[in-house]
Amino acid sequence: MGQKVLLDNNELRLTLHRLCCQLIENHDDFANTVLIGLQPRGKYLVKRLQELLEKDYNKTDLKVGFLDTTFFRDDFRRRDQPLLANQTEINFLVEGKNVVFVDDVLYTGRSVRAALDAVQSFGRPNEVELLVLIDRRFSRHLPIQPDYVGRTVDTIDSERVTVEWKEEGGSDKVCLLRTENK
Amino acid sequence: MADLSVDHLLGIKNITLADIELIFSTADNFKEVINRPIRKVPSLRDITIANLFFENSTRTKLSFELAEKRLSADVINFSSSSSSVTKGETLIDTVNNILAMKVDMVVMRHPNPGAAAFLSQNVNSRIVNAGDGTHEHPTQALLDAYSIREKFGEVAGKKIVIVGDILHSRVALSNIFCLQKLGAEVMVCGPTTLLPKYVKSLGVKVETNLLKALEWCDIANMLRVQHERQKLKYFPSIREYAMQYGVTKEILESLDKEITIMHPGPINRGVEITSDVADSGQSIILNQVENGVAIRMAALYLLASKISR
Repeated sequence: MGQKVLLDNNELRLTLHRLCCQLIENHDDFANTVLIGLQPRGKYLVKRLQELLEKDYNKTDLKVGFLDTTFFRDDFRRRDQPLLANQTEINFLVEGKNVVFVDDVLYTGRSVRAALDAVQSFGRPNEVELLVLIDRRFSRHLPIQPDYVGRTVDTIDSERVTVEWKEEGGSDKVCLLRTENK
Repeated sequence: MADLSVDHLLGIKNITLADIELIFSTADNFKEVINRPIRKVPSLRDITIANLFFENSTRTKLSFELAEKRLSADVINFSSSSSSVTKGETLIDTVNNILAMKVDMVVMRHPNPGAAAFLSQNVNSRIVNAGDGTHEHPTQALLDAYSIREKFGEVAGKKIVIVGDILHSRVALSNIFCLQKLGAEVMVCGPTTLLPKYVKSLGVKVETNLLKALEWCDIANMLRVQHERQKLKYFPSIREYAMQYGVTKEILESLDKEITIMHPGPINRGVEITSDVADSGQSIILNQVENGVAIRMAALYLLASKISR
């Protein structure tokens, strides 16, 4: 299995800072904005963005939540194993808010579609944007595009993109994995 | 990823500890769902479920129906008093006729022990046992254990006494299996006539003195006396039963610790527990009801995910 590093520790740090600046450009003091990490992997990214925005950009009172989309997915009963959920933690209403979905990798767009459905359970947002660390372009199954992108990559279906965080015990990096038997 | 080891939920006896834990962790997610402003998810939108109640029920039937609707399943209801069963149709015929209408799952309560297992072997559908006579009531046991886990953090090591009509109670049998699998110590307490002879072989403690049982336990699960199943007189009078086995505020205050009171409902106030106990802070009876919906959503979701397309 071949592996290529797309973003190393330092590049990832710069990318996160750029994403924070782009968010500030559009949302200023985040008074009417909420950041929602999509479970399971978007949780790490949204926490990291929150930390940077609070410490380095002095944005206090950020509203941050985690949304699990399992029960809204469109592949129920189409897999061998049941789809198991993660925790949803949204302690605010999104009614009238500007919502930014945060996820690590955008691939087919199906989880984002599920998230668009799922977030309605917490009210009607004013608008919804999408921030992703990696955009695997040309592999979308649905008409969904990100508003903020860390890095765009061209991949084929047999390849995988993995995002590792130091919170999980390793180091911060983004890799492209090639499986040879496909 | 984990999966249930069974295709039907017939009883606690034939499921594993891993199954119970999977149902609990899934119920945690559903408990969050039913506390959202919009309490509904679309997971089971292409599943049809028939609720067949050949015996009276309020709580269980409403709880299952609500769980099914919160999962967006299509629901049809049936109760035997208003059906062709009274015209002499057999159980298999009744169910096969319902399944001919393209039903994917059956939730059934039936007065005969083993009815759910019998059905699972004879019809092509997923079966959830909602109580079969004096045999098992798996979702009740799961929600009872889940409520204990919610209050105490874990079930293992807890001491639970089940008080009352053990002989006729499916809740007692399912609870014993479930709590033991989770590592709790179980005692049964009641008049000797209402304790089945084989109960010791299940590995539970047996006590006929209520005060001693309450002093031993952390949690007391109070059962109703099932008059409808009793063909004999098992005790002289309800008043005498209430005096010997009814839990009152005075008894609870005489104990040197605060124990938790549970009840699967329906309560006969003034018999197995008095009103002031049922409505006190020590009782988690209404939490049990709330958790019932989450547990049933979890069980239905996990079973439905095994239905092939």
